[in-house]
Amino acid sequence: MKRRSFLSMCAASSVTFWLPRAYGAQSAEPYASSARCYENLLILIELKGGNDGLNTVIPFADPAYYQLRKNIGIKRDQAIQLDERTGLHPSLQPLMPLWRDRQLAIVQGVSYAQPNLSHFRSIEIWDTASRSDQYLREGWLTRAFAQMPVPAGFAADGVVIGSAEMGPLANGARAIALVNPAQFVAASRLATPVSLHERNPELAHILDVENDIVRAADRLRPTQGQPQLKTVFPGGAFGSSIKAAMQVLAAGDAPKNDHGVAVIRLTLNGFDTHQNQPGQQAVLLKQLAEGVASMKSALVELGRWDDTLVMTYAEFGRRPRENQSNGTDHGTVAPHFVMGGRVRGGLYGVPPVLARLDGNGNLPVGVDFRQLYATVLGPWWGLDAPAILQQRFEPLPLLRV
Amino acid sequence: MRLLTGGNCRRRLAAWATAMTVLAIGLPAAAVGLPPAAVPSAASHVGHRTHHAPTAGDSAASEREQSILDADDARFFLTRVGFAPDAAELAQYVGLTRVQAVDTVLASARTEAVTPLPDWVLEPIPTRETRKAWTDDQRREAQRLRGQRYELLRAWWVREMLATPSPLTERMTLFWHNHFTSGQDKVQYPQQMALQNLLLRRNALGNFDELLHDVAKDPAMLQYLDGASNRKGKPNENFAREVMELFTLGEGHYSQRDVSEAARAYTGWSLDPDTQAYVWRSNQHDEGEKTVLGKTGPFDGDQVLDILLAQPETSTFVTTKLWREFVSDTPDPQSIAPIAARFHASRYDIKVALRGIFLSDAFWDDDHRGVLVKSPAEFVVGTLRAFDIGYENTAPFAAQIRTLGENLFYPPNVKGWPGGTTWINSSTLLARKQFVEQLFRATEAAGPPRTANLAGVRIAASDTMSGMQTTAPLQRATVHAAQGGKGGVRFDIGTWLARYNTAPTARPGLSAELQLQHAVLPLTPVDAIETDSTAGAYLQALLMDPAYQLK
Repeated sequence: MKRRSFLSMCAASSVTFWLPRAYGAQSAEPYASSARCYENLLILIELKGGNDGLNTVIPFADPAYYQLRKNIGIKRDQAIQLDERTGLHPSLQPLMPLWRDRQLAIVQGVSYAQPNLSHFRSIEIWDTASRSDQYLREGWLTRAFAQMPVPAGFAADGVVIGSAEMGPLANGARAIALVNPAQFVAASRLATPVSLHERNPELAHILDVENDIVRAADRLRPTQGQPQLKTVFPGGAFGSSIKAAMQVLAAGDAPKNDHGVAVIRLTLNGFDTHQNQPGQQAVLLKQLAEGVASMKSALVELGRWDDTLVMTYAEFGRRPRENQSNGTDHGTVAPHFVMGGRVRGGLYGVPPVLARLDGNGNLPVGVDFRQLYATVLGPWWGLDAPAILQQRFEPLPLLRV
Repeated sequence: MRLLTGGNCRRRLAAWATAMTVLAIGLPAAAVGLPPAAVPSAASHVGHRTHHAPTAGDSAASEREQSILDADDARFFLTRVGFAPDAAELAQYVGLTRVQAVDTVLASARTEAVTPLPDWVLEPIPTRETRKAWTDDQRREAQRLRGQRYELLRAWWVREMLATPSPLTERMTLFWHNHFTSGQDKVQYPQQMALQNLLLRRNALGNFDELLHDVAKDPAMLQYLDGASNRKGKPNENFAREVMELFTLGEGHYSQRDVSEAARAYTGWSLDPDTQAYVWRSNQHDEGEKTVLGKTGPFDGDQVLDILLAQPETSTFVTTKLWREFVSDTPDPQSIAPIAARFHASRYDIKVALRGIFLSDAFWDDDHRGVLVKSPAEFVVGTLRAFDIGYENTAPFAAQIRTLGENLFYPPNVKGWPGGTTWINSSTLLARKQFVEQLFRATEAAGPPRTANLAGVRIAASDTMSGMQTTAPLQRATVHAAQGGKGGVRFDIGTWLARYNTAPTARPGLSAELQLQHAVLPLTPVDAIETDSTAGAYLQALLMDPAYQLK
């Protein structure tokens, strides 16, 4: 398969050097080096529908905020104050221990030039790391794994939980979608590995899935030495998906498997709050915060918190001015959270300047979302980010050296 | 690995299939008369296709329309435009010309369901006053009832898909459900989704212009895309955007300014807070001038919809989506353009678009067989229909379809189910195979009643059957097997296999094996099947084959 034939070095340090592909392909230990690189785990959390950033990270000192949001604005005394002008939605209280430990980075103003306000086109732009006017087929992680393959010993390139869409892992990555790892392993006997080159793309896809199932199940099969998690996970769909994700890591943690997967993608759905936003968003952000807190606890148990990067993303933020239905329409920039044991906590990016909205009443782009990706690809994984992103983006200084 | 020499093996099977189709399958005389063409090219998976009439030039198009359907053609056609047929349905189409087959299926399209709706669909929605008087317990009870009725509604639709003599109508109703999306996450009362479903079915093969105008003011849609709360002064753009992006023009054919202007035109469409019926509120309507797609005037919502319909992009967009549904996931703009032009010229007669697509060369092309993934509804309903599976309760099938990723009346978002290869991931592929496995357990008629919980979701029979059990006029169930378990699922595999002169525990022999392949798969099987399999095991292996996911 083509995507697995590109082998290159993944430097464990921040210094990346490049060998010709032919040399890389023949190098004696390509997997050893890529194993080192993907020992650093990425967990993506998609806030599907487009989370309202201004009620998540609240500019409570700006009078314009309360003018734009007479009904749905979060009152100053309800916000969790991070500094003299920035507060968090009260539902995010469970994230505060991370903030105090300086393991929570908040990047404000994330978007891209010429933003598209369609859910579907915009998430495609995010998933493929394209420009607004550019159409790419493969997800940005698929391209990363094509450049530096995930080691053969891993259960899969990525695991997708809570969504049928592969998003950043689309069109080429070895991604497993599952609900519950134990059920997955039990059912995997129904899949058959097939070694055939297939021209029909639909059939080729099905054969890939069959092969991916067999391979992943083989490595996720419970073993004696597997750690049993003591962490209690929140109820509900999102809590269950975090639990499943942590069980995948626990299974992959057994000695024979080095590490299970390079990426886990979770989805929290329901942020398209055109109407009656306050109650809905409060529930969603609570699920997010409690979920992340339980995730941290489980990762600490597994000894993986220090080599995990958790990052939120979404297709867009929402319009600064509330609409007539106590909701918000599609907007542009939003803040995103980056968390982990090696994260350098604090506020980053560009805080909202509500006096300077564009012709559609939206905030201008502050940080290109591909800077977040460049941070993952470069400093976190040691890959050649400009090659994968087809352009140079400055990584953000979110990681402790 | 079972099949390392797959390429060679499959080539041989394809060659065998070529020889055997004409000899072994009971073809009508007209079809047998056609000369077998060359063996399909080696790497291709269109092993079953045997005789395409070799023609040259465009003048041959009408000749191709007159070509006669053999059993493979008829099965392909019926599966593509409906659900996989059983033997009786198939027999009605074998021997017809393409034109006859297409015109028959279009002429027999229904506009109403044959399965009566549950009685509660006509029950009025509780008024504000009633709701205000509710205690917390009553409120919880009302919520529970709504959720339960949504399940009943799903079971009703699946029953209709199973029972209907017009599968194309249900496929198109589902197509429009996935186009004009609304769903349980924002539409509280299942009554309203039921009524929208009737609206979609009424115009499923009718007129797209009318359908768009009707759906735009449909109460479920006014809730789903917030049209009901779009008011003069501070409009809500949700509907205005999606109607351009997803229902008519497609992305890239309008600007953000068109969206905000159009949103003003749709103001005034509202819902009665007690009955939740559509009402016009002139005091909430923005009467000012709007400029949409270069046209300026004091438009209302219907006038903006007419502007959208006048754009040729709308016809192309909808025709292309139909092409993806019925032909292939890689639309060919050149073939689509003339069909879209006729669709537009007919003022959006949906049958004109469908007839154009169904009679296109591309639709029948060998290269387009087995290139579409069956949706969950097609997979489940098609399997149940093709094998004449007996059943009583259809709620487990609706739950099964949900497990496979297509929760009816609850699309994942306004763009609907993305479909195509996204139907198949590691989780859903295994669930599809588990469904097959459970079906073959239901052949053990004498066994304990363990087939009821087919989908792993249990719904009390009394809930699910209310108003439906005794009334479905075209109950397909050949056996209402009391012994078949709680869901009443029973697969009479003996009768089914007898058509191929074999029996569940018999060794089928090569001829019967090839006939079974043709009856079940659009392509030659990928996996090798153990040579000494019984016919029952052989059939199960075919349903487990990757090719069974395709149509």
